[in-house]
Amino acid sequence: MLLAIVAFATYSCAPSSSTVDNSSSATYSSDIKPLEEIEKPSPDPRVGLEAGLFDAEEAIWNLNLLSQTPPPKDFVGVTNSDLAFKDNYAIQGNYNGFMVWDISDPAEPSLVVDFLCPASQSDVSVYGDLLFVSGEGLGGRLDCGTEGVNKAVSEERLRGIRIFDISDIKNPEYISNVQTCRGSHTHSVLDDPKDEENVYVYVSGSAPVRPEEELPGCSSAPPEDDPNSALYRIEVIKVPLDNPEQAAIVNSPRIFENLTEAPTHGLSPADQAKIEKAKEEGAFVADVFGRERIIPDRIIQPMLLNIAKENGREAPTAADSTTLRNNLQDILTERYGSGNDDDEEGDETEERGPNQCHDITLYPEIGLAGGACEGYGLLLDISDPASPKRVDAVADSNFAYWHSATFNNEGDKVLFTDEWGGGGQPKCREDDPYEWGANAIFTIDDNKEMHFQSYFKMPAAQTEQENCVAHNGSLIPVPDRDIMVQSWYQGGISIFDWTDPKNPVEIAFHDRGPVDSTRMQMGGSWSVYWYNGAIVNSEIARGLDIFELEPSPYLTQNEIDAANTIKFDQLNAQGQPKYDWPATFALAKAYVDQLERGRSLSPERLIAIRESISEAEGASGSEQETLLSELADRIEGQAAASEQTAKMKKLTSTLRDLASK
Amino acid sequence: MFNSNIRVLFPFKIVAVLLLFIGTVSCKSTESTKSDETASSSNKSELEELYWEKVEQSRMDFTEADVKFMRGMIAHHAQALIMSRLAPENNAGAAVQRLAARIINAQKDEIASMQQWLRDRDQPAPKIQIEGLDLYIEIDNEPFTSYKKMPGVLSQQKLEELAKAKGTEFDRLFLKYMIEHHAGAVHMVDNLFGTDGAAQDEQAFRLASDIQVDQRTEIDRMQLMLDDLPESG
Repeated sequence: MLLAIVAFATYSCAPSSSTVDNSSSATYSSDIKPLEEIEKPSPDPRVGLEAGLFDAEEAIWNLNLLSQTPPPKDFVGVTNSDLAFKDNYAIQGNYNGFMVWDISDPAEPSLVVDFLCPASQSDVSVYGDLLFVSGEGLGGRLDCGTEGVNKAVSEERLRGIRIFDISDIKNPEYISNVQTCRGSHTHSVLDDPKDEENVYVYVSGSAPVRPEEELPGCSSAPPEDDPNSALYRIEVIKVPLDNPEQAAIVNSPRIFENLTEAPTHGLSPADQAKIEKAKEEGAFVADVFGRERIIPDRIIQPMLLNIAKENGREAPTAADSTTLRNNLQDILTERYGSGNDDDEEGDETEERGPNQCHDITLYPEIGLAGGACEGYGLLLDISDPASPKRVDAVADSNFAYWHSATFNNEGDKVLFTDEWGGGGQPKCREDDPYEWGANAIFTIDDNKEMHFQSYFKMPAAQTEQENCVAHNGSLIPVPDRDIMVQSWYQGGISIFDWTDPKNPVEIAFHDRGPVDSTRMQMGGSWSVYWYNGAIVNSEIARGLDIFELEPSPYLTQNEIDAANTIKFDQLNAQGQPKYDWPATFALAKAYVDQLERGRSLSPERLIAIRESISEAEGASGSEQETLLSELADRIEGQAAASEQTAKMKKLTSTLRDLASK
Repeated sequence: MFNSNIRVLFPFKIVAVLLLFIGTVSCKSTESTKSDETASSSNKSELEELYWEKVEQSRMDFTEADVKFMRGMIAHHAQALIMSRLAPENNAGAAVQRLAARIINAQKDEIASMQQWLRDRDQPAPKIQIEGLDLYIEIDNEPFTSYKKMPGVLSQQKLEELAKAKGTEFDRLFLKYMIEHHAGAVHMVDNLFGTDGAAQDEQAFRLASDIQVDQRTEIDRMQLMLDDLPESG
């Protein structure tokens, strides 16, 4: 195996940023760099890596690969899928069942369970002592048999959710299942802060509806023919924690109702330029169906003629044109509606939006969920867990297939992925557009409306032999920054910062060459999530990788240490937890590093602050308290005048919290 | 215990380390060394052999219905290429042009995947030749024409009508016919799933499901685009 390690010379031998160098000069010769000064390895080492299954060539930047562990014999050669975490265990789905890895030593994960129970995609989630596993394919059996189901209609088939008791995680016990009409492609577990007794499982199915003869009540007719249609809805399963075997569907909300054309940012720069040019040339432009459009002549001419006639003229003059220009918007709004009227009469089939979601990310602490539903990204209000309500929707002509969502910690941004081509296709080739199969980043305003900001796509061109498109990821809890680690199938894993939603920046990556150099063979990263300091990657063909972050000018050791103060006892990335950083010296130092990155404090001041923090860290009791409070007072006095007032305030409140500990 | 076995099989070792230094190299740079090991198939590990064996095995679990579906869908997709290629030359609107470009990109890849699926199972795959509006398909050097009866396939007459339309009129017809065309594909997937033993193969299930889901999504989008077109005349 050839491992290409890309490091920054200045970094691999520079002292860590937290050490104070008293001889430092007054100029900014800082190891901590603003993201706009990022120096990326060039040429990109991910391009042109040699193929191989367990011996592919690799490229890595700002990450440490701690271990790569192939799957056990029953699971090798079969797709590895999603991950969930509990205590020191990573639970990895596989189309043949699931595996439980003890990752206490990330350099040496050990397999504790390989549970054979085939069903694609085996999307996994944990809640306390329960493990939920998705089954969608036609070969899943109620009895976990490996022989498949050879009848189109069969009582032996499982398509839905399997529930296991993992109170003794080394011996999972299959306790029940909930069958659904479209099976479960993915699911998310909602831990409602207000409900102690139940959890809710939101099921998204994207496969064809199963026959009525197999599961009574399943219908694939359009809802106007059959109000009970399994299309155009998600399933909500309620799981009583004391009696999980009683889990059942409690609601199948139609969260897509009246979803006609969503407000789109839709216009590519080229389209926008065309409209601007048309405006310059005197074309009539107005907002129709929620988007600026050039109004064609054959609509304009009759209107002009009408205005001319009203003014007693045969042919329209410039004055009539001006009249029309001033009134065009109102006339068109009257004629076509404003494009988002829910109450318009119309042919229902034409008014209907998506008929299923691919995945829903729940963020209970902010009461919102992001649904990636066919051609739309939805924002759902989940304050009533059994009845999610749609509050906003976005569509984007650059997006083929909305796949998943990730909120930032504050909940004022959301990132959607576009799984163009379904994940089995190479969509990161040199000539595949940057906007297709990418992430789209939106801000969420106070009215719960989403606004498009930018796209981000893993930038290294991949070969025809590598399936590649945006896929699952999770936030890395670096305080006061939005940083995400994400899967790109055979495009590897990429870590990027989207704190500035208009300018997402890649700061680390790992990639392997194709599984097979001669043809497209499914492989790559299905899911990669941060869990208690480890970055755990489920590799479709190669097994389980574990990484840790490596400090760089764009992410310091202090920032990594502060992220590592966040500890979970369980994690499902699609049930997003809110990060709340405990007051630690690492957190204070991380803020100082970020102030340095923002270039708003002089080097002398930075040195002084660092010296004070370090002095306080070495002290104890009331002496420490005094030092911290004095420092907090000093910084507070400077905060208002700083370009980074908010961060200075976060630093002072951290120092005060530390003082009062 | 599996893990200790695996560790023996796969010591996690770095054969060669290549350090790329960026910026000012202030400390000693390491020469890059290349691995001389060329992994020949003979010394591939046991687990890797098992991997390829399993992949090979998984390709044996298919039915005649799966084969028919793949062949039909390849032909079906080929017609979508013919329709979409008209968009730029017939002066389609920007949104329809983008949609057409997308359909070409997606369906070309899917055709390649389906041909690969057939070849992997030693089933003759349809060969496609497109000349203008004419589609020539051969399987094993025999003309394959039965696809013309499949749901959503346009008659030659409709294709010619589409080829003559320009601008907004083209947009309207393109969307109308592509919606019909896609609806046919959705229907073909439903038929496949309704056949005993079909789509058990993971790849076939995935391909068919993805095609259905993508085309349903596109139908909805095209319907909205169609609703958006200015009223005729």
